[in-house]
Amino acid sequence: MESLYLYIPLASLFGAIIAGFFGGTIGRKGAHTATILGVGTSFVLSLYVLYQHVFAGVETFNGTVYTWMVSEGIIFEVGFLIDHLTVMMMAVVTGVSLAVHVYTIGYMADDEHNWPKDSLAGKNSYQRFFSYISLFTFSMLMLVMSNNFMQLFFGWEAVGLVSYLLIGFWSVRPTAIYANLKAFLVNRVGDFGFILGISAVVLYAGSLDYVEVFAKAENISQQSMSIFSGHEWNVMTVICILLFIGAMGKSAQVPLHVWLPDSMEGPTPISALIHAATMVTAGIFMVARMSPLYEYSEAALSFVLVIGAITALSMGLIGIVQNDIKRVVAYSTLSQLGYMTVALGVSAYSAAVFHLMTHAFFKALLFLAAGSVIIAMHHEQDMRKMGGLKKYMPITYWTSLLGSLALIGFPGTSGFFSKDVIIEAVHHSEIFGHKFAYIAVLSGVFITAFYSFRMFFLVFHGEERMDEHTRKHLHETPRVVTGPLIALAIPSVLIGGLTIGSMVFGDYFAGAIVVHEAHDALAKVGEHFHGAWSFVEHGFAGPALYLAALGVFTAWFIYIKNPSIAEHTRKRFALIYNILDHKYGFDEFNEWAFGGGSRGLGNRLWQIGDVVLIDGLLVNGSAKLVGWFSSVVRHVQTGLLYHYAFAMIIGVLMLLTLFVII
Amino acid sequence: MITLSSYLTLGAILFSISIAGIFLNRKNVVVLLMCIELMLLSANINFVAFSYFLNDIAGQVFVFFILTVAAAEAAIGLAILVTLFRNRHTIDVEQLDAMKG
Repeated sequence: MESLYLYIPLASLFGAIIAGFFGGTIGRKGAHTATILGVGTSFVLSLYVLYQHVFAGVETFNGTVYTWMVSEGIIFEVGFLIDHLTVMMMAVVTGVSLAVHVYTIGYMADDEHNWPKDSLAGKNSYQRFFSYISLFTFSMLMLVMSNNFMQLFFGWEAVGLVSYLLIGFWSVRPTAIYANLKAFLVNRVGDFGFILGISAVVLYAGSLDYVEVFAKAENISQQSMSIFSGHEWNVMTVICILLFIGAMGKSAQVPLHVWLPDSMEGPTPISALIHAATMVTAGIFMVARMSPLYEYSEAALSFVLVIGAITALSMGLIGIVQNDIKRVVAYSTLSQLGYMTVALGVSAYSAAVFHLMTHAFFKALLFLAAGSVIIAMHHEQDMRKMGGLKKYMPITYWTSLLGSLALIGFPGTSGFFSKDVIIEAVHHSEIFGHKFAYIAVLSGVFITAFYSFRMFFLVFHGEERMDEHTRKHLHETPRVVTGPLIALAIPSVLIGGLTIGSMVFGDYFAGAIVVHEAHDALAKVGEHFHGAWSFVEHGFAGPALYLAALGVFTAWFIYIKNPSIAEHTRKRFALIYNILDHKYGFDEFNEWAFGGGSRGLGNRLWQIGDVVLIDGLLVNGSAKLVGWFSSVVRHVQTGLLYHYAFAMIIGVLMLLTLFVII
Repeated sequence: MITLSSYLTLGAILFSISIAGIFLNRKNVVVLLMCIELMLLSANINFVAFSYFLNDIAGQVFVFFILTVAAAEAAIGLAILVTLFRNRHTIDVEQLDAMKG
């Protein structure tokens, strides 16, 4: 079994190496075969491991594969911790990744049109892309399977690196380069907090191993440290908040969310991969994994809750005013990540991971469907130029409908279960900030329904606004594209109802996730839980369902029934529209404060440090000093013999004087 | 009786004259050479005087060495002077400042 665990990430890595290093030799077909075989192997093995752990009752595995080094008692190693949380993540990551791999064959088929002729980077770009997405899967698997902070950090940075490579995949586009740099820099901010958190863990627990650290959690939570003199901080709060700052970067929480919408510059398959399975879920997974630590700090949990609530509400609002089809889905991801973070904040870790899983399927589905639309529209992403695509693309239409219904929480779909559980958990929570979070997630339901169906109606219904040329060529996308859509649509609808009983209210996560009794909001929700069906019935009693229905109705009324309202409303509320259109000015603020600030700092350093100190004082200064000294001394060198003779005489006299005196 | 100090005073006077000659002369390199010769002679006087008063013949041996060296030096100096004049058509000390910094 142990070597089997090792093969799961290595199979993906192997595919990535084959496609990456030998892409030119094995050609396109070889590259996608190798990587799909690799990820497919990972997926099958993950399913087998899932089966073994969940149904056959294999014990949690926690072991070292390779010890890298031991330094002052701290062991750096590669090791796996395989429990119910991990096997679920592995299955989701590899499953979504496999669907994306297959889909990519169709999406990237004519990738050479995206590169200028004779571009060196454009050569074998297809193979390179496959190599990257396999590497992405490998990184994420290493992250979720790790049993220590070092490997977690390795996976953390590796997904950051590969996302950088993939967002900027079309490296000839300036916007893509800007976006991947932005993603990298914003993630650096989060990672800085993350590595500080890990350092604090090492400092206070003296170990990188999860189990050892968790064992010392209670002890750590009773200590305090002073960061600024005079203020005592609980160590656990500091550690948890620092780790969460890392999660804010990766999982794109306000204010470190700015990179995620820009990541749309990458090809659509990686948007699906980043948003659904591999990258943004890392933060949520990490916090759930660290639940034994977070449970000891209510302050950190409140912080998590408030950040999540702000993200869930504010990012959904932006989704309403976006016109790029992929950006709407991107803001929806941000908002849904906010939901997951809210769930983490109210200690409903299992609900967060549950939503992570259902979201992975329906968000991957929505992205791939958006990509399918983009393929059909000849890489046009503006929804204002779409409309009425229903009759041209029936499979994309129906799968999108299922994905959107799951996203808004239509009763019975998996999104309904996961989202309702979160809302209920927030409702029952008593942690600081829960009232605000409850309002935020409830209004989020309406907003989600509104922007999802705004997109849906704009793309698939209404009048056909595309140009004549595009309309003529409209047809359903090839089977490698629609196949993954159908494959993802099934779990999007079904998986929630099938697993909610054991995952959220059962003991599926027992041992992997720790919740203290005082925080356990889910237990209160669970008291009323009598199976998935009654949960659906119970849903009709809460406000969330009606808010979602209202959202869909509003979207229908504004964009189908009476399209003039949209324009009218935009003019009426120009101020709000502008704020949303500028995404609350985060980009402008960052550009001004951090971009301008660092440019200003750089300028200052250049002017003071470089121009004045180094160039002026050291380099030119020493030259000038020598020049000045020589210009003084050269007057002595008259070239006249008698002056030299005079100097000699003076010298002799001085020496004599010295000689006589001494 | 002429004392040692009288000889030394004479030597010092001759030496000072030659130094003064070097400094005051701004015109002629030949005068400079002559001044150097005079300097050497003043040193010779000291040698001879000490040799006599200390009853040490080594001082007078040195005088011969110095005279030889002075003769050779004068020959070389004049030869250089001739070449200098050929090249620059002047032996004016003021104008011989090619070494000026």
